[in-house]
Amino acid sequence: MPHSNEEAAHAHPRYVLIYGTLMVLLLVSIFGPMLGGKAVILITAFGVAAVKALMVCAYFMHLKFERKYVWWILLMCVLFLGVLFFGLAPDVMKKEGVNWKNPGLGRPASTAAAAH
Amino acid sequence: MNQTLTSHVHAPIATTRSATGIPTGRLALWWVVASEIAIFGGLIVCYVLFRLRHPEWAAEAGHTKLLAGAINTFVLLTSSLSVVLAHQAVSDGRLQRAFNLLWLTIGGGLVFLCVKAYEYTSEITAGYTIGRSVFWAFYYGATGLHALHVIAGMTVMGIISFAVRQGRDVQRVEYAGIYWHFVDVVWIFLFPLFYIASGLD
Repeated sequence: MPHSNEEAAHAHPRYVLIYGTLMVLLLVSIFGPMLGGKAVILITAFGVAAVKALMVCAYFMHLKFERKYVWWILLMCVLFLGVLFFGLAPDVMKKEGVNWKNPGLGRPASTAAAAH
Repeated sequence: MNQTLTSHVHAPIATTRSATGIPTGRLALWWVVASEIAIFGGLIVCYVLFRLRHPEWAAEAGHTKLLAGAINTFVLLTSSLSVVLAHQAVSDGRLQRAFNLLWLTIGGGLVFLCVKAYEYTSEITAGYTIGRSVFWAFYYGATGLHALHVIAGMTVMGIISFAVRQGRDVQRVEYAGIYWHFVDVVWIFLFPLFYIASGLD
């Protein structure tokens, strides 16, 4: 039952066709990385995963037909994940900085945790 | 709207009120999804940072079961199709079909959990327990949290399905569907991170 004007205005997409595309992409993400090479793995595993996720969000979750501000709400959350990543990256990836050292870098994670 | 359905429809305020341009109930669901992005996203970001720092985790990731992960991805994508078809069936006023499709989705969730249980059992018996290394702590933490969300989604769909069959609160099919699709999206990212990335050393 349509319970808002905008939902009533759009027809349901061809879900089976979208599902078929997702299945093809799934096969690519499974067999693509077997070709080897970092670039191939990154593209076929993670690049294809991003495409699959976007398709599910756009068509199955109906974000394609949703008000634009919902996109912005969700994108803001993703943006904050970027802040988290780049905020923590120096602590994790660098050996030392201004007034701090990271003696655990380069050791296995279990022993590095014990060093702190 | 189907006329025979209209007389049966119970309309709570979250369904009828739309101060923001979309029903308030659906807006609330988007906030749930936004908070879940922070929960799973934070976990995934931390894992990626650790993974970049520890190339030796590639060997650990090589012990996860690619086939089981692939089957579970297939199962979750298929269950996403069935729940969105349930939403379409409700839109068309075909309530019994919506009920059947909701239970098909629950069945998909059950298959997912069975495959996961098989994975956990075989990995733990082989010595890959949660305390073995930080990689396995991340693996069990992320996939376990995800499995709890699958159980929550199955429970919600089971509860709403009987009311939906009687034409009550049918908007909840879409809300449960949005949640289920999000759980699917999370798995779409967990699959390459834990099962495929073993080649990235």
